[in-house]
Amino acid sequence: MSRPEIRVRDLYKSFGANEVLRGIDLDIGQGEVVCVIGPSGSGKSTLLRCVNLLEEPTKGQVFVGGTELTDPDVDIDAVRRRIGMVFQQFNLFPHLTVTENLTLPQRRVLGRDKAAAAKAAAENLERVGLSEKATAYPSSLSGGQQQRVAIARALAMGPEVMLFDEPTSALDPELVGDVLAVMRMLANEGMTMMVVTHEMTFAREVADRVVFMDGGVIVEDGTPAQVIGNPRHERTRHFLSRLLDPAMADVEEETSDQVGGKD
Amino acid sequence: MTDTDVQLQPKKKGLTRRQKRRLSRGAQYVVFVAAVTAFALAADWDRLRNQFAQKDIAEQMFPEIISLALKNTVLYTLSGFAVGLGLGMVIALMRLSSVGPYRWLAGVYIEIFRGLPALLIFIFIGVAVPLAFPGTEIPGGTYGKVALALGLVAAAYMAETIRAGIQAVPKGQMEAARSLGFSPGRAMVSIIIPQAFRIILPPLTNELVLLFKDSSLVLFLGVTLEERELSKYGRDLASTTANSTPILVAGLCYLLITIPLGFVVRRMEAKAQEAVK
Repeated sequence: MSRPEIRVRDLYKSFGANEVLRGIDLDIGQGEVVCVIGPSGSGKSTLLRCVNLLEEPTKGQVFVGGTELTDPDVDIDAVRRRIGMVFQQFNLFPHLTVTENLTLPQRRVLGRDKAAAAKAAAENLERVGLSEKATAYPSSLSGGQQQRVAIARALAMGPEVMLFDEPTSALDPELVGDVLAVMRMLANEGMTMMVVTHEMTFAREVADRVVFMDGGVIVEDGTPAQVIGNPRHERTRHFLSRLLDPAMADVEEETSDQVGGKD
Repeated sequence: MTDTDVQLQPKKKGLTRRQKRRLSRGAQYVVFVAAVTAFALAADWDRLRNQFAQKDIAEQMFPEIISLALKNTVLYTLSGFAVGLGLGMVIALMRLSSVGPYRWLAGVYIEIFRGLPALLIFIFIGVAVPLAFPGTEIPGGTYGKVALALGLVAAAYMAETIRAGIQAVPKGQMEAARSLGFSPGRAMVSIIIPQAFRIILPPLTNELVLLFKDSSLVLFLGVTLEERELSKYGRDLASTTANSTPILVAGLCYLLITIPLGFVVRRMEAKAQEAVK
């Protein structure tokens, strides 16, 4: 592994008395695709949001491309330009058309001129297969289309790293495939990606590494074959068995980190 | 359990529920018709017509009531609205600021100017300010004073409306903007405020209607003939002609603007409701 693109050192995050992350160390190399899995409440989304400082860590360090984000003097807006983020709820700007969603950030943040922004927008819409929706408003698109536009919007900024926060969890099942196909394409192109997901097939086939989190710590970290195919820890096995075959799960006492949300 | 069964059965004795409902509605119509008839009979129609509907007096008001009075009313309202919107925006952002004293100051402003009658503000601007600061002149003469007085009052209401609108924009919008590299200020201006304004367009238009009526308070500032607006114009003419027709005509001129505006607000609200669905 070359110089790590994302580097997390001894990361802690608390919301009040609730300690969500309890000492995370994680390196993600250039071009590596890492899927973070784990039960809801395990802190995986919080970890991802700490990587671009949408959540301020309580303690610890985060580096992206060699820059320390947790340095109080860092120009966080400049660093974030290099980090694309895709949200579970898409978060497209509803008052703008698809093209404007892609061009406005380029123009306001990167200072690109109109023609350059339009060109980058058209290219990236084509990459996600939505050129024909260029003039549509987000509200007229399906969830899967909105998420692909959100990916294109992040890509148009020319990021070096892409973060995905449960990108398919809010989608109808039949729309998941289109979004995963775009992500697979990015992975094949060599994009550095950190993906919080419940899509085990995607993790198994596309990820270079799978990280299993539970209770605010990394329990297991290895290749998909190791973590998904042959988990060493009981907690991982338990989680995977419930996820892969939910119909067969036994009724059990709810513990705080197994209370399922909408995912 | 059997108790409720019994209660749900229609009673055999007396009126059925449907008959009662019909009777109640019939009674309401009777009261209405009786009230209208009583008013029509009691009113002295000739006298009312004399007092409020003198055709020649109404005719001599045109075109001045439109070209001067209505024009001034609109001018006062729009300038007050512009001042109120600008100031209200600043106060709303102060209210949402992470700097404590800004929040506190904005809160005090809103409480004070929402709590005082607009009339007091007009008197304050028109009388107290020139006396307290001799030699200072509010730029724009009467127009400047009105814009300031109306704006000060409107800003307090609009600040709260704008703040509510900004807070109604989902949190994910700010997160998406920040993750794309927008600074907080730029995200606010480019992403959040445009969406907030869509949400608050109906209440802001309502505020415009309120300001339109409040512009009549200009008459307490003492205005020249050229600066008269609808209320002052109507009142002046009513006293020279010793007739109330000009008041009625002035009132109709207000409705000429407020009723269509109210219609627009209801359309916008209905549309916004639909967008939510």
